[in-house]
Amino acid sequence: MVEKAEMVTTQEEQAKYNEFIAKIGRGEKIEADDWMPEDYRIQLIKLIAMHGLSEIMGAFPEKEWVPKTPTLKRKLSLMAKVQDEVGHGQLLIRVAEDLMKPLGKSREDIMSDLFSGKLKFHNVFHMETKSWADAALIGWLVDGAAIVTQKMLAHTSYAPYARALKRIILEERFHAYHGEDMVIALGDGTEMQREMMQDALNRWWPALLMFFGPPEEGGLKSNQEQNIRYKIRYKTNEELRQEFLDKYVPQIQALGLKVPDENIYYDEEKQKWVYTHADYTYLRDVIAKNQGPRSQNRLNLRKIGFENNAWVREALLKKQEEIS
Amino acid sequence: MSKIYQTPEEAKQDQQYLETLAELIYQLADDDLLISHRGSEWLGLAPHIEEDVAFSSITQDTMGHAAMYYQMLEELGFGKADDIAHLRKPEEYRNAALTERVNGQGHYKENPDYDWGYAIMRNYAYEVFKKARLDALENSSYAPLADTAAKIKREQFYHLYHWEVWIDQLSHSTEEAQNRLNAALKKTWEDVSSLFDLGSKGAKMVELGLIESVDVLKEKFISRIQAKIEGAGLEWPGEFKALETTGREGKHSQEFVDALNELNEVYKLDPQASW
Repeated sequence: MVEKAEMVTTQEEQAKYNEFIAKIGRGEKIEADDWMPEDYRIQLIKLIAMHGLSEIMGAFPEKEWVPKTPTLKRKLSLMAKVQDEVGHGQLLIRVAEDLMKPLGKSREDIMSDLFSGKLKFHNVFHMETKSWADAALIGWLVDGAAIVTQKMLAHTSYAPYARALKRIILEERFHAYHGEDMVIALGDGTEMQREMMQDALNRWWPALLMFFGPPEEGGLKSNQEQNIRYKIRYKTNEELRQEFLDKYVPQIQALGLKVPDENIYYDEEKQKWVYTHADYTYLRDVIAKNQGPRSQNRLNLRKIGFENNAWVREALLKKQEEIS
Repeated sequence: MSKIYQTPEEAKQDQQYLETLAELIYQLADDDLLISHRGSEWLGLAPHIEEDVAFSSITQDTMGHAAMYYQMLEELGFGKADDIAHLRKPEEYRNAALTERVNGQGHYKENPDYDWGYAIMRNYAYEVFKKARLDALENSSYAPLADTAAKIKREQFYHLYHWEVWIDQLSHSTEEAQNRLNAALKKTWEDVSSLFDLGSKGAKMVELGLIESVDVLKEKFISRIQAKIEGAGLEWPGEFKALETTGREGKHSQEFVDALNELNEVYKLDPQASW
């Protein structure tokens, strides 16, 4: 009897799975309440929680410069920008929370997984900022890289993520213009400002290449492959990186800045950029283990915020219980 | 009725009026600059993500208010707004001590031990005061200032409301929250009289119809804040402490000097450059 019941379940599951694959095959989207394969759900949670955490952790490197922002006008726009980023984090974590609910997990789990190192945040936000030009560069090229990735993800098969991304991209475009404007001011500025800008570019270049993840020369990593099959994403890391180089190498040169790679050139025949690869062991060993230059410091800031305000959460919880 | 000055050009014709007006605008600008600077240090450290967004929005608005006032000073011939905001010597700043206090121990980049209770109480007290001051400025004899005050009030309504919601949410909750709020209120009270100091030109400001008297401001402040504090079951701290130093006369703490160095670090590299 038991065996038979299990068989029915398996058959039912298989039918649901086939239906799901056919549905995304037709280009239809999945909603939070729809049936979905467990590994689809897990991949989405990982991807969206990491994206959300990256937005939140990404506030730190720029926030370091908010109090020091040189003019009142810039200060106002940088403040608005950093606020947007945290807002994106909030939006994305809400999407991840809905996905986690059937698993009995919540936002607290996302935060504790961040602290324990189980959930990662994006490599660029582990880097140190050294001058005002770093803040300009983040707005321009880091946000530019984010747009490249997010434009692709906006076509994702999971509808709530696609909707969130649509709104996020609109704001990110604004940020990239703002970043570009800051960079132009420095690039067209005094000798000191130009040096500051070039120096920042040299410092951030490897991190920008790593932004898109390792190249898939040795075949696709199973995650990427699975995500492509599930239509969570539809381009590879290298395709995204090529798109980024297409767009930004000419812009960097037009600003009179130098791409810090002696060997970079565009191969007309293959229609792609040939460049010096960043050291991806760095990405794997240092960043993924939260041992980047500012990883521990920034995680610590989040943790301090979390622990120092434990009394606030307790008080809010008690108040809520009293009301209900 | 005092004479109404419609434009910066008109105000500039009357040297005594101009000097008194400028003194007031410096106070307004520097108060908003400093409290907003302290707010900007909180970003990423607030109790939850939603509050990070909300507090950041308030901080931005407040920095925007400071920028409007610096712009007014520029129009009145006191130099470039950015230079005024960034390049004065510490003793030339006119903000009240309450606005310059640190958020807690540590630096925002390394081990910040910030106190959310103090953030609530300090900002609440400041916003109640700011509301009373903006109400008074709406009838100011300098018309551009009256217009600006009316504009700012529309945003400021939400800032004040925000901190009131925090008090409602945390009062009558846990004993710890109650204790922390009381301690923060006491700490805020150490400096609260600094807000009500109009400096050496205060009497002249009132006489020229630029602002209402300190007594009127105080009365409005107390009637609102006392009702809230007592309604929340917190301990009313009573009389303000007498002033020891006065920010309105340019006397500031080391904390302020550190904040200023942070604030102008980049701009000072080359104020002539375009940033």
